[in-house]
Amino acid sequence: MQLIEFTDKGLYCRVGDFYIDPWKSVPYAVITHAHSDHARYGSGTYLCHQLTKPLLQLRLGNNNYEAIAWNEAVYRNGVKVSLHPAGHIIGSSQIRVEYKGEVWVVSGDYKTVDDGISTIFEPVRCNTFITESTFGLPIYQWESQSTIFEQIGNWILRNKEQNVSSVLIAYSLGKAQRILHAVKAVTDTIWVHGAIWNAHQTLVAAGIRLPEVKRITTETTKTELKNAVVIAPPGADGSPWLKRFNPYTVGVCSGWMQVRGNKRRNNADAGFVLSDHADWNGLLSAINATGAQRVFVTHGFQSVLSRYLNEKGVEASEVKTAYGEEEVEKEDGV
Amino acid sequence: MNKSGLQLFADLIRELDSSTKTNDKLFALGNYFANAPMPDRVWVIALFSGRRPRRIVGSTQLQIWCAAETGLPDWLLAECYHTVGDLAETIALLMPENTHTHQTLDLSYYIEALQKIEKESEETKRSFIVSQWHQLNKDALFVFNKLITGGFRIGISQKMMVNALAASVQLDPSLIALRISGKWDPVTTSFETLLSNDLQQQDFSKPYPFYLAHALEEEPINLGNINEWQAEWKWDGIRGQLIKRNGEIYVWSRGEELMTDKFPEYASLKNLLPDGIVLDGEIIPTKNKQPLPFALLQTRISRKNITKKQLEEVPISFFAYDLLEWQHEDIRGWPLEKRAVLLEQIIATANLPERLQLSTPIEANTWEELIAIRNDSRSMFAEGLMLKRKNSIYQVGRKTGDWWKWKIDPLTIDAVMIYAQKGHGRRSNLYTDYTFAVRDGDKLISFTKAYSGLTDKEFIQVDDFVKKNAVEKFGPVRTVKPELVFEIAFEGIAASNRHKSGVALRFPRILRWRKDKTITDINTLEDLKKLLALYGK
Repeated sequence: MQLIEFTDKGLYCRVGDFYIDPWKSVPYAVITHAHSDHARYGSGTYLCHQLTKPLLQLRLGNNNYEAIAWNEAVYRNGVKVSLHPAGHIIGSSQIRVEYKGEVWVVSGDYKTVDDGISTIFEPVRCNTFITESTFGLPIYQWESQSTIFEQIGNWILRNKEQNVSSVLIAYSLGKAQRILHAVKAVTDTIWVHGAIWNAHQTLVAAGIRLPEVKRITTETTKTELKNAVVIAPPGADGSPWLKRFNPYTVGVCSGWMQVRGNKRRNNADAGFVLSDHADWNGLLSAINATGAQRVFVTHGFQSVLSRYLNEKGVEASEVKTAYGEEEVEKEDGV
Repeated sequence: MNKSGLQLFADLIRELDSSTKTNDKLFALGNYFANAPMPDRVWVIALFSGRRPRRIVGSTQLQIWCAAETGLPDWLLAECYHTVGDLAETIALLMPENTHTHQTLDLSYYIEALQKIEKESEETKRSFIVSQWHQLNKDALFVFNKLITGGFRIGISQKMMVNALAASVQLDPSLIALRISGKWDPVTTSFETLLSNDLQQQDFSKPYPFYLAHALEEEPINLGNINEWQAEWKWDGIRGQLIKRNGEIYVWSRGEELMTDKFPEYASLKNLLPDGIVLDGEIIPTKNKQPLPFALLQTRISRKNITKKQLEEVPISFFAYDLLEWQHEDIRGWPLEKRAVLLEQIIATANLPERLQLSTPIEANTWEELIAIRNDSRSMFAEGLMLKRKNSIYQVGRKTGDWWKWKIDPLTIDAVMIYAQKGHGRRSNLYTDYTFAVRDGDKLISFTKAYSGLTDKEFIQVDDFVKKNAVEKFGPVRTVKPELVFEIAFEGIAASNRHKSGVALRFPRILRWRKDKTITDINTLEDLKKLLALYGK
């Protein structure tokens, strides 16, 4: 049974009459997580996890939100909908949809390793699994978080020795919070860009414990920013906003840093291979753990991953979606 | 624990890779030359000056072996390779991280070990190479693979390496350049003999810094009286200085690389030129004293050893347009017209026009006349004209005011993109290499590829279009919906039976993305053929 259809508005459950992460306005949207390519403006009602709700309020403003806990069931026309941790960012969820014994799971974005702040990925058994494939090539194999954190820490310490500021580029929602503990271990003050400040305040208000950060404003003086350690979103990279940190060096935290050419294209002084998406082995183990007979592969290397799965005896096909566009970073305020 | 030579080299490559600043690169190189094992230093000089060891296995074998070691299907390995754009790096990324730390050895060990097995069976090569894959950490594994596949792509010019060496051993850069030029074998040459200071020899080869011109953006009439200006063809060759001192000939390129060995023909000038002179001019391939297309020269200089056939088919001439030193005296402060008189005499006396000729100034009494002459540049194999103030001195570097390059506009044609391929290096995992087509009735005929001319932002937009509109899903080439129109610029056109369109372009590049045009507005094969009839003799 085709419990979830692929329509031009997004993933649609006809029996339950709801969409999952739609890219157009719909009456009822179930949202996996608060990144802008998955959570868009204009829908009537948004169903999401409790921790996602404040983030959606921050990004989409006031709407009709229904927030639930993980593993809590909601019924729509007899279709059982529940959310399960996806480990991608705080609040990120897989959507489990069950009707007459048939179970489908939509992964949203996910990673299988524990990052310490997003609740760890929960494998959910299902008949059909709809998986992302952002890093669906075997060249993408991540080192442990502790190894990467050590690299970041050493890089900051070396920059301090050489009297240059360290500017870490990280998505304002997710990566920016994930690296805070690593950064806190080597510095007293963590300066952040306004976009990161906003996400930070929202999460702290929602009860998430995070190291303290300082917002960079127009009043922040050059003296305060001498040898500073700064976290800024990708949109700030290469912009005049960075001038205030002179002299500074830039480290980009992203899974794309795995490949030299990408690092060079980003003009990054340092690249830290830190991703909130599953690597190749993470994708394969997650798919395997679902026990799904059928897999749909979305955004990323969908043709490669689905061909590989088919060769391994798992029925898989690719699906075009509007996900995986660069997470849009708001350039609001300094 | 002391780092091994291979690890130090891997660190150097990583540092050179992770900075875009010349000073950082110089610092990293200087550091390396101060600390690396002596034989490794010699090898690094060799590697960075184009003396790559002979390749002992092809990339197909490496891919097969890697697939066998990782258990990945061939097609998946190929996908990885297309995405990374570098086989050495792909293999380093695919091999599982080696958790046991093995003691690695020096760079020279690995290079020489690879050379030793050159003539051995494929099985021997495979077992040596694969065993390294299982022992080296990722950084070391990458550089080890690079020793086999070549081409480090780290943006190090020979000049930069020379400067770093010069600082590290405290010798003059031009002396270093001279020492590392020519024939020497890294296996038998020690760092000391390569760069020793005890010779105390005077550097007779030393060139002058080149005087470079800005492009003329305004109308030439604004330059004033035409009689104050000397006009010359702007030749399409390699800018160079031809030096005769101490009875020897030296040739330097504008990149300040000593290239004497590349042009053995100039040795015949040794007895015809007076001692203590420096000529500035253009290195050009010629036949019967007439310039040949630049492409011929390119294939010749890219070869390490020039073949007899090349010497016969693409002989080199020097078109001199300035004299910088005369009787061992620096005369750059003299006005151009005074230097020109001496230059003409020297060339007339040497009287070997197939090797050395004067880049004769063009006679024109009015700017209008000169504009008409300039329009003829393409048929002269010239890129346009040079305008030099007759009383100008020879300055250093790119200076405004006295010298101008006045290039002709490129030929252009509007075409639609039909294929795209992922790029290499910093364009890894991005569709940046495109094939373009013109219309022929209701068909599209591909006629050229172009790789440059768009901004990074535009490349990302086109990449996005390709990903959404690709027809095939596997392999390197994507057929895309013919929709995006680009204006393609090129410097010349020639008939070719190797291309479906029947033409080959010189230096094609994207001039601009014509978002205002659709596929119905593009040029036709007929248009291309007209250009061929006009300009492609």
